Amino acid sequence: MKYLSEYRDADIARTLIARITARATRRWTLMEVCGGQTHTIVRQGLDELLDGAVEMIHGPGCPVCVTPLEQIDKALIIAARPDVIFTSFGDMLRVPGSDCDLQQVRSRGGDVKVVYSPLDALALAQRHPDKEVVFFAVGFETTAPANAMAVWRARELGVPNFSVLVSHVTVPPAITAILEAPDNRVQGFLAAGHVCAVMGYTEYEPIAERYRVPIVVTGFEPVDILEGIAMAVQQLEEGRHAVENQYVRSVRREGTAPARTLVARVFELANRQWRGIGEIPMSGLRLRDEFAAYDAERKFGVGALTVMEPAACRAGEVLTGRIKPPQCAAFGTACTPERPLGAPMVSTEGACSAYYNLARYRSTESAEAAS
Amino acid sequence: MSDTVKPVALHCPVPIEATDRVQLGHGSGGKLSAQLVARHFLPHFDNPALAQLGDASIVRVPGGEVALSTDSFVVQPLEFPGGNIGSLAVHGTLNDVAMMGAHAICLTAGFVLEEGLPLAVLDRVIAEMARASREAGVPIVAGDTKVVERGKADGLYINTTGLGVVDPDFRPGPARARPGDAIVLSGPIARHGMAIMAAREGLTFESAITSDSAALAPLVNALRDAGIDVHVLRDPTRGGVASALNEIAIASGVGIEIDDTALPVPGDVRAACEMLGLDPLYVANEGVMVAFVPEGQTGASLAALRSHPLGADAVCIGRVVAAHPRIVALRTALGGTRVVDLLPGDQLPRIC
Repeated sequence: MKYLSEYRDADIARTLIARITARATRRWTLMEVCGGQTHTIVRQGLDELLDGAVEMIHGPGCPVCVTPLEQIDKALIIAARPDVIFTSFGDMLRVPGSDCDLQQVRSRGGDVKVVYSPLDALALAQRHPDKEVVFFAVGFETTAPANAMAVWRARELGVPNFSVLVSHVTVPPAITAILEAPDNRVQGFLAAGHVCAVMGYTEYEPIAERYRVPIVVTGFEPVDILEGIAMAVQQLEEGRHAVENQYVRSVRREGTAPARTLVARVFELANRQWRGIGEIPMSGLRLRDEFAAYDAERKFGVGALTVMEPAACRAGEVLTGRIKPPQCAAFGTACTPERPLGAPMVSTEGACSAYYNLARYRSTESAEAAS
Repeated sequence: MSDTVKPVALHCPVPIEATDRVQLGHGSGGKLSAQLVARHFLPHFDNPALAQLGDASIVRVPGGEVALSTDSFVVQPLEFPGGNIGSLAVHGTLNDVAMMGAHAICLTAGFVLEEGLPLAVLDRVIAEMARASREAGVPIVAGDTKVVERGKADGLYINTTGLGVVDPDFRPGPARARPGDAIVLSGPIARHGMAIMAAREGLTFESAITSDSAALAPLVNALRDAGIDVHVLRDPTRGGVASALNEIAIASGVGIEIDDTALPVPGDVRAACEMLGLDPLYVANEGVMVAFVPEGQTGASLAALRSHPLGADAVCIGRVVAAHPRIVALRTALGGTRVVDLLPGDQLPRIC
């Protein structure tokens, strides 16, 4: 952990905040794409400290937040089957489907287990040959190599009772979709460091060029994020729009070749629904036909399911920065952390949940001041 | 497990919080736990002693008052670095009595044993239990055993009940926090929960994370003997320091501010939390306590705690404020602020 301490150093962070505030001649609007970065920003209160110089929009980079309702509903259907052990990363368990979540399926007798790696799920399938073990393969390019590896290994080892419910999304098409929106406000992006550690950042160069936006590949510690913001602000002030790499200790321009190769062998690009946003062309990954035997959608016949999202939930507009959470009529009324309508209210660092807590804090403070 | 799974209906009732089944989150110590108690137990078991909702209940008896607490232990694995379910069952209940400022005088123990449990495991659990009871000087004076069929319990469950004598001159309580109080923490946090998680997940570090499971009465006595006017005592077990502070803020109707930089989290525990995507503030402890003391007695409180090995790393982590009542706010290392809320249910590991 020692190698991380300099990226958490409060003095360095304060120096960077001062530099950003001094450099910004106007209030720039940046979006951090990755949920891990949002986590740090919210937990450290970075956006509050930057207030005035930079507005941070928390983008659609939390895999929990963007997994479409229909994939959640497919997960619920599969997990409820008596012959299935359904495995997932922990924070997918509370994401509301159309009418319940995986935790409730578990309380009704479904066998739902939290795992930390898809390979753990594969091992579970080997130990329970009488059961179908399904892994909920969600995430961006970061989790894709491990998920691809699990499928690859399953075929290699001949584990017929293992399959994956794929809900993989990729970052560049999402950035493009945000920039294409007529009312887009985002002037620069912090690209997700770990996604780029896998994929590299050549895909972002044409985007920066075409839309004339700075894109800075950024890490996850407070100092990383502030450096990334400082680099983006510097570009904006100078009128430049390049892809720059703040996260040099992990990311190379061409990414990690073995991981990319494995992902490309197992998955192919496909259209994908994003929760609250809708379909983005070629923005997701699906299993190649040669791995169809490991595709849970085909195995359990749920591929055709389509679901309407709750009309009251404006998660898509929140995730693309078009509205702030309090501008949604359901915010804090029909939609709270205990009873989330949309995914950004689920996780503690989801944009809606973060605003909900901040609003609670500020309202009591102002009530005190008034009394 | 596999043959007990029944087909389930697909249409769960909405809204989510109005579930018609017990969920694991109901046992997490967060909002769901509080709802379960408030909606399903309190309406039936209504009485003044229970209504205090303290770690232990205070009951009037001829000649004074006693503190009574009961707790059930269902931990997996049964044995973990730093203890086992037996020592935990002793420490956990003794600490609930100690947090009322009461002197524990005896314990009872009930065992639910699963058919097939190796007797060698049972022997080790009971030996640790006896050692913990002996070290605390509190005997186990009554007990019960039941055996259930294989598959009906997870090896071994233990319930313990503790009885203590209340000190009329030393009565901390969850509703007694006052603006200006300093919040003192007796030692590093999140060790128990992460020792259990690491054992469950097979995580290994240079040295194993050990549970902090310990009897806290010596620390309470140290504060009492130093003449500290302790307003609130709480051992932040299930739900961690964050949940304990929220409960106190609500019970006392005050705001709480804590400093991120002051929170002692051992390096290996922090590393494990980050690997598993957990926040140490919500991870269980079994051998630390928070004490709310008058600001002017902060130094004396820290000195008293540090005089005992268990409190060697005691620190002040924050203060009680009149602003933002019922809300716990955390000041980050960089000077930002965030609300530390009660979790709705179980803390779920994050993906990214």
